[in-house]
Amino acid sequence: MLAAAGSNLLAARFQMALSLGWHIVVACLGVGFPIVILVAEGLGLRRGDTVHRELARRWSQAAAVLFAVGAVSGTILSFEMGILWPRLMGGYGAVFGLPFALEGFAFFIEAIFIGIYLYGWNRLSPGRHLLTGVPVVIAGVLSAFFVVCANAWMNDPQGFRLVGGKVLDPDPIAAMFNPATPVQSVHMIIAAIMVTGYVVAAVHALGLLRGRRGGGQRAAFLIPFTLAAVFTPAQIVVGDAAARYVADHQPVKLAAMEAQVSTEIGPAEHVGGVVVDGRLRYAIIIPHGLSLLLTGRTDTRVSGLDAVPVDQRPPVNVVHLAFDLMVGIGTGLLVLGAWLGLSWGRRRDLPHSRWFLRAAVLAGPAAVAAMEAGWVTTEVGRQPWIVYRVMRTADAVNTAPGLAIGLFVLIGVYTVLTVSTVYVLRRQGPAASA
Amino acid sequence: MAQIVLVFLWAGITAYILFGGADFGAGLWDLLAGGPEDGARERALIEHSIGPVWEANHVWLIFALVVVWTAFPTAFAAIMATLSIPLTAVAFGVILRGSAFAFRKSVTEPALQKLFGASFALSSVVTPFFLGTAAGAIASGRVPTTIGEGDVLRSWLTPSGVLGGTLAVGICSYLAAVYLCADARRSGEDDLAEGFRRRALLMGVLVGVVALGGIVVLQQDAPRLFGRLTGPALPLIFASGALGLASLVLLTVRRYLAVRATAALAVVGVLWGWAVGQYPMLLGTHLSIDEGAAPASTLRPLVVCLVAGTALLVPSLLLLYGMFQSDPGEDVLV
Repeated sequence: MLAAAGSNLLAARFQMALSLGWHIVVACLGVGFPIVILVAEGLGLRRGDTVHRELARRWSQAAAVLFAVGAVSGTILSFEMGILWPRLMGGYGAVFGLPFALEGFAFFIEAIFIGIYLYGWNRLSPGRHLLTGVPVVIAGVLSAFFVVCANAWMNDPQGFRLVGGKVLDPDPIAAMFNPATPVQSVHMIIAAIMVTGYVVAAVHALGLLRGRRGGGQRAAFLIPFTLAAVFTPAQIVVGDAAARYVADHQPVKLAAMEAQVSTEIGPAEHVGGVVVDGRLRYAIIIPHGLSLLLTGRTDTRVSGLDAVPVDQRPPVNVVHLAFDLMVGIGTGLLVLGAWLGLSWGRRRDLPHSRWFLRAAVLAGPAAVAAMEAGWVTTEVGRQPWIVYRVMRTADAVNTAPGLAIGLFVLIGVYTVLTVSTVYVLRRQGPAASA
Repeated sequence: MAQIVLVFLWAGITAYILFGGADFGAGLWDLLAGGPEDGARERALIEHSIGPVWEANHVWLIFALVVVWTAFPTAFAAIMATLSIPLTAVAFGVILRGSAFAFRKSVTEPALQKLFGASFALSSVVTPFFLGTAAGAIASGRVPTTIGEGDVLRSWLTPSGVLGGTLAVGICSYLAAVYLCADARRSGEDDLAEGFRRRALLMGVLVGVVALGGIVVLQQDAPRLFGRLTGPALPLIFASGALGLASLVLLTVRRYLAVRATAALAVVGVLWGWAVGQYPMLLGTHLSIDEGAAPASTLRPLVVCLVAGTALLVPSLLLLYGMFQSDPGEDVLV
């Protein structure tokens, strides 16, 4: 029984990680793409040109595929919440279920107006058509907010009392608006906009590199890239606030992010490196760096992993390297945006260097990697808890036999899904950059 | 309070069957439409009918899941833990169906269209079947309250489970055929309308036979439900039968819009008959609504959210359906 639970736990965690890690990419595009498309359509409407309108139309063709894939890859998550983690849902559904119900309605509005928007190009006047896109944007951002509310609750569980193992007095509103919600939700929504902006821009940067200049290719690059670049510095500020939040509320997660093995006064900032046998090796050390980042002083007391027993520590290397990857890429994206800003300020044009476009092509996958790394940081950093300091992941898992089979089928299905999605989007590629 | 949530939940599930179910049924007719050339016009009609609406219709399923886990967390956990196999199949079916449908529209090569079309059509049959088996398992009381006590196979691989699955596929394809009659006539394709009318008549009779035979199955396999269906739920079952017969008559005389209403109401009768049959239990004879419901402090904000959400949702849905049911319009995406 125990062995079965153990292998189930591993299978369930992999299945959840794979399906969530996959969905989060299309979900980001689902939040961000409507914004990018509406900006293009709005520009077209204001200037009365067809180039921008055509661009919005072609983008919405790709968005149609992504929305469909996003809708169905999100559905499996609702099933998995129960199939993989029945004890989490059975025990705490009454506490943190409400944001999901709200998300359900937001998703309804999104799906309805996406149908109207996508099929409405020839049925509605240009102004009205643009208006039908507005609910899609609002509902998309709200969906992200509601889902992150639930995830934030797992990091900072509020709104219930635990008496003798029983959950009493659930207060879903307090659970929803827990202290982790503001930083986490803003961080995620901006991440979604950045992922979309850099990914869409990357496709068109590739087009520009290959010499396709017509058909608004430049606008197709500039609109999403500018949007993402404008949000990048904001994201760094929000990310900083998120790290301070983690330092105050989840000190063990912060210790893992910073590879802080033991509790210290005025600790250094560790860039890179791995923890081997309880010692950090190969890291770049910035004296008092972490202390300064957190409080601006050199004498901050920061808890290390040793603040909790071994069985309550997350896998430090995964969390530390994922966090550093996210910060590193974020910094790189900031530099790339500044490069464009300088060039635009001087001569209102893209940098002439082909290296700029090459870097912009790379920025697409890099932004996705940063977002995934951030997600790994917060999720793996919470381990071994599914609900921080309340319920262990191992205690939430379904003990029914055969859970691993689902994982194998899932790997097969998602491989096919990935190949097909990329193929179909690439097929639209030539049309989108003709 | 729990009763109010249940009414919203069951209304949502009803909407899922009536709209989302018909989208699945359309997939079955897509599967049976014949070779690429013979079936081209039927497939185009099906694509045109469900293209703009299927994503919205699909959300009812998510709606049902999240309402159950918020308002009836114990029952949700028990159902998902025990019925992990059919429900995993449903989840995969949903993924294949939706993505294959979107992909088919976006490719031009006949071979790929065939491949994606076949995935779309096959998963359109598999998904409601497994969802139906899960319904059969719940209806026949084979989901124990305690997680880990349920039999992951023998809970749904039962006569009631198979009955539920068969009935689900039948109802979906019946509704789809009925709805497509009017869609075909509106787009001026009377010959297609004739084809769907024949299929609707056939499926109507078949579903009726399965439902009648099902009563015998339930008598053996799910005595409590049988007792309730032939007791307090009997008026609904009779109404459903009468509406089913009326639908056959309306199909015979080609009243395609009227038959939409009667066919849908016949299905509503079966669903609400089941609900009455199960009342006041959530699971079998072991978990009542009151025992399984979340505390009032959870249900109160949930009801507020359901009322406000519905006020936003209904006009939006009417706008969507109104737009795509009123004129043939351009049947091209983008």
